[in-house]
Amino acid sequence: MLKRILAMGSLLAISTLPVTHAGATLDAVKAKGYLQCGVTTGLAGFSAADEKGRWTGLDVDTCRAVAAAVFGDADKVRFTPLTAKERFTALQSGEIDLLSRNTTWTLTRDTNLGLNFTGVNYYDGQGFMVSKDLGVSSARELDGAAICIQAGTTTELNLADYFRTHGMSYTPVTYDKSDETVKGFAAGRCDVLTSDQSQLYALRIKLDDPESAIVLPEVVSKEPLGPVVRNGDEDWFKIVRWSLFAMLNAEELGVSSVNVEQMRETSKDPGIQRLLGLSGIKGQGLELSDDWAYNIVKQVGNYGEMFERNVGMGSPLKISRGLNALWTDGGVQYAPPIR
Amino acid sequence: MSDNPDDKAPAPTLFWRDPRKRGWLVQAFVLAAVVGLFAFIFDNTLHNLEKRGISTGFGFLQNEAGFGILQTLIDYDETHTFGRTFLVGLLNTLLVSAIGIVIATVLGLVIGVARLSGNWIISRLAGVYIEIFRNIPLLLQILFWYFAMLPLLPHPRQSLAFWESVFLNKRGLYLPGPVTESGFGWVLAALAVAILGVLLLWRWARRRQDGTGRTFPVFWTSAAMLVGLPLLAFGLAGMPLSWDYPALKGFNFRGGITVIPELVALALALAIYTAAYIAEIVRSGIQSVSHGQTEAAYALGLKPGTTLRLVIIPQAMRVIIPQLTSQYLNLTKNSSLAPAIGYPDLVAVFAGTTLNQTGQAVEIIGITMGVYLTISLTISAFMNWYNRRVALVER
Repeated sequence: MLKRILAMGSLLAISTLPVTHAGATLDAVKAKGYLQCGVTTGLAGFSAADEKGRWTGLDVDTCRAVAAAVFGDADKVRFTPLTAKERFTALQSGEIDLLSRNTTWTLTRDTNLGLNFTGVNYYDGQGFMVSKDLGVSSARELDGAAICIQAGTTTELNLADYFRTHGMSYTPVTYDKSDETVKGFAAGRCDVLTSDQSQLYALRIKLDDPESAIVLPEVVSKEPLGPVVRNGDEDWFKIVRWSLFAMLNAEELGVSSVNVEQMRETSKDPGIQRLLGLSGIKGQGLELSDDWAYNIVKQVGNYGEMFERNVGMGSPLKISRGLNALWTDGGVQYAPPIR
Repeated sequence: MSDNPDDKAPAPTLFWRDPRKRGWLVQAFVLAAVVGLFAFIFDNTLHNLEKRGISTGFGFLQNEAGFGILQTLIDYDETHTFGRTFLVGLLNTLLVSAIGIVIATVLGLVIGVARLSGNWIISRLAGVYIEIFRNIPLLLQILFWYFAMLPLLPHPRQSLAFWESVFLNKRGLYLPGPVTESGFGWVLAALAVAILGVLLLWRWARRRQDGTGRTFPVFWTSAAMLVGLPLLAFGLAGMPLSWDYPALKGFNFRGGITVIPELVALALALAIYTAAYIAEIVRSGIQSVSHGQTEAAYALGLKPGTTLRLVIIPQAMRVIIPQLTSQYLNLTKNSSLAPAIGYPDLVAVFAGTTLNQTGQAVEIIGITMGVYLTISLTISAFMNWYNRRVALVER
């Protein structure tokens, strides 16, 4: 019902979209005084509201970093919870300024939807979670299984591909929200729950007895997750892209929310000086204040801090950095230099 | 229109002085304005979508879908097109609506009559039923039937088995599926002959009664024909039917017919909810026929059953049918709550997954709205036709 209203609303909205000019989004965001950010309806580690209604998570921090860069205040964000099905329409219609909702970057989405992916804030891959009683140790043994999936995800497509490639059959049980997939799995409607690996760990802790389920070792797809903006506003695109790059560069340079103030006073490293807006191009090209990156690191932290706090060892998920380590540590997180 | 009206106007009066023609003119203007407005919105939308780099058009219907669907009434797999997903979703919507309408009507009729029963307990029970189910939001009822029912059912490996051929577990109800063999056409042909025969019998019996006043046991003869003829053909053709029994293979049962729990929960919730309304409609319909009608019928010597059938119900129907129509429409439209429990109806499959995979919201929502409109208008047209028939009986 809500979905139909949303879709109808966006239909009307699309029909009356104003002609955009570059920088329109930044102006609009500044004028209303906050950033409207689309997140999940609740996925631990990525975007979930706590008991006080405060949103936390990796995707939430990505939004907060953009707000810090734009306003110098990471709290000037309002969040719109969206299901996987609603997310693109919400962004296309201008209901949100930025979509940061563990969204996989694919060719179709980058070209057909009028959207642009600005980068990758988490490298993920699709996996399978099964109940321990099933006695399965590999995804290749899942022939004939009933599988719970969330609607409107790349997961649905990868799943079909994987089973077809291996000549196996399956029964898809497709729910709207990731919460419902867990409920269906817990109730025994399906043998297998499939999703991005990171989500599986997040969903597993929602089970009454997390130990009763195991995540199978196979990773069957590439799922680069990242923030998304609308086509046609290059300036806004660059602000979002470089907000993430700033966090990665900060980690690489050893600048964190703890030492950033002191670094700004004392550091002689030209790389750090450029990052913190003391020399070089500063905020000019992005049309932001000179201390935009300083604000991000000070208020949100560098990429490593964000990762550990939300999904890493400082969180219940305890996911290791793996692919998401910096390139200098054997991962693939690599940001162009700030200079 | 402001130029010389004498050119074509054969009428002696100037056409703007003729209220009828003036009316037409105004209507034409309004129509043109409305069409123009929609054309503008349509054009503007296309223009903006193109500017945004969002794909438009209906070409996507030919593309490969690439995702699986839980329940497909027609042949479907991942390699079929998005256009096919539309058909699959549409048929699933029609299926759940049809099942819901049948159950709701029967249940509503029974409860509506029970509500008028002279038995205190029965009428109160019916009243309680109506008040409870009419006053709880439908979405909650759907979720209740689904998530309350699932944990009660056993896992596939501990399925409840009936006669070693019917199995019930969390994944659904597994029934043996009929497999027709060559020669089954004869059985269908026999059924067709039986139906035709029954229709002719009805007409004949009616004419005979009108002419001679003698009645004929039409019901039992029809039943015997409908069952007997196909059965006879079935035996003569050498029983050309075998059964495909479901069997546990790996994790789940395969083969036969599967009734998924999502379908059961949704159809049940829709039927129970709507039945509460239908019961009230039936009650009001029956009560709208004045008691004098019953007394008059008795005075003429009609039996109570005949009185109900020939006097009360035909008049009650005049009140019942129009309201029943809107309940059927409501039920069909309410079936779009299906995505909440993962039933793959039109909204879940087409306006959900397909929309998301293609991103063409305008086209897909447009098609979906068109489909619901068409279904509703069709039901409405059918019920109006039926209503006219019933209305004739009144005289």
